[in-house]
Amino acid sequence: MAELKGWREIPIGGVIDKPATAMAFKTGTWRVMRPTWNEDKCVHYMMCWLYCPDNSIIVKDERMMGIDYEYCKGCGVCASVCPTKAISMEPETKFVEEG
Amino acid sequence: MAINIKQLTKEFSDPLSIGITSGHRLCPGCAAPMTVKMALMVAKHLGYEVVVGLATGCLEVSTTIYPYTAWSIPYIHNAFENAASTIAGVETAYRALKKKGKLPVDKPIKFIAFAGDGGTYDIGLQALSGAVERNHNFLYILYDNEGYMNTGNQRSGSTPPGSETTTAPVGKAIPGKLQLKKNIVEIVAAHENVYAATATVGEPFDYMNKVEKALKFEGPSFIAVLSPCVRFWRIPEDAAPSITKLAVETKYWPLYEVEKGVYRITKKPRSFKPIREFIEKQGRFRNLLKHPDADRIISELQDYVDKRWERLLALEEATRDKPAR
Repeated sequence: MAELKGWREIPIGGVIDKPATAMAFKTGTWRVMRPTWNEDKCVHYMMCWLYCPDNSIIVKDERMMGIDYEYCKGCGVCASVCPTKAISMEPETKFVEEG
Repeated sequence: MAINIKQLTKEFSDPLSIGITSGHRLCPGCAAPMTVKMALMVAKHLGYEVVVGLATGCLEVSTTIYPYTAWSIPYIHNAFENAASTIAGVETAYRALKKKGKLPVDKPIKFIAFAGDGGTYDIGLQALSGAVERNHNFLYILYDNEGYMNTGNQRSGSTPPGSETTTAPVGKAIPGKLQLKKNIVEIVAAHENVYAATATVGEPFDYMNKVEKALKFEGPSFIAVLSPCVRFWRIPEDAAPSITKLAVETKYWPLYEVEKGVYRITKKPRSFKPIREFIEKQGRFRNLLKHPDADRIISELQDYVDKRWERLLALEEATRDKPAR
């Protein structure tokens, strides 16, 4: 979070005057298990998209395009509801670069 | 009109258009955002603009941590006990604005209140009853995680018997919670001119069809959605859809609706599984299973859900084509 605002800069009542500011908070850092998508197995059944609690399944033109790792918390619901097992969960440590 | 998931993906390919956005701080695998997003997508798909009201609870505190908000639609929170009366007030305010010509009269706006089981079964019950009795046009969605999970797993009127909570622990004195879960749908359905239903995230299309029906209903409507808390049900993070599906298959959470007193069971599984299967899948019953009274409690629960199912079938038969008004 940025530095604290003075009282003159805060809207009256402390209301949040812009919608969807939580988008600035990247919850992807919470992730322990990473869902990896196998495009060849995917039949675009879209259950993962319907269930994803963090809206992290990217869709376009009725097709799944990938996973948004900026917000994905790695719960694995997408993998559990997939009828063709096109999403598999792998430990996040596998993707950390050495060094 | 049946809900088509491909159609929904086309309409809501932009995550901001759903209403609840990413970046909220609910636990990974929490079923509450699933409950919310499915309902909001149906409402927007039907062409309504939505105003949401929240009761205090996990959903409220995690989506609106200052200075962030995970809502891209008009949102109001007031207190724990009055989600229903707050949304009723909002509905009345919009009606007044329309009357004064400050809003177009034909603008389709719907009002949805989300509350947890603490804010519905216990604390918000009289506000809900009052708002339903005054016949405000709103939809109240209860996401039922069977306890005060936000404050760390205290028992609520919704906690099932034998479940371990910090205020009803399993031990020598008592085998977890002693009482049965309150039947909230029957309580709401006892009001006049109301639509009340049960649903769960494990059966998304059944749920979304009920949301559609509820939004089109003239008057107050109520949907109780079984929506697991992965932390305090002590289940894996990815288990919310499968465990709720099992809840339907074991008669623990029968799916039905009551429209003006007419009962209709919306899902009748061909065969049922024993309730023990549902209990064994969850860590909150782990200590119960070790308790000497476990078999008695589980068989009593099995007996209860069997009788409730028979009663529902009988009610469906008895109330067919006989609306209360």
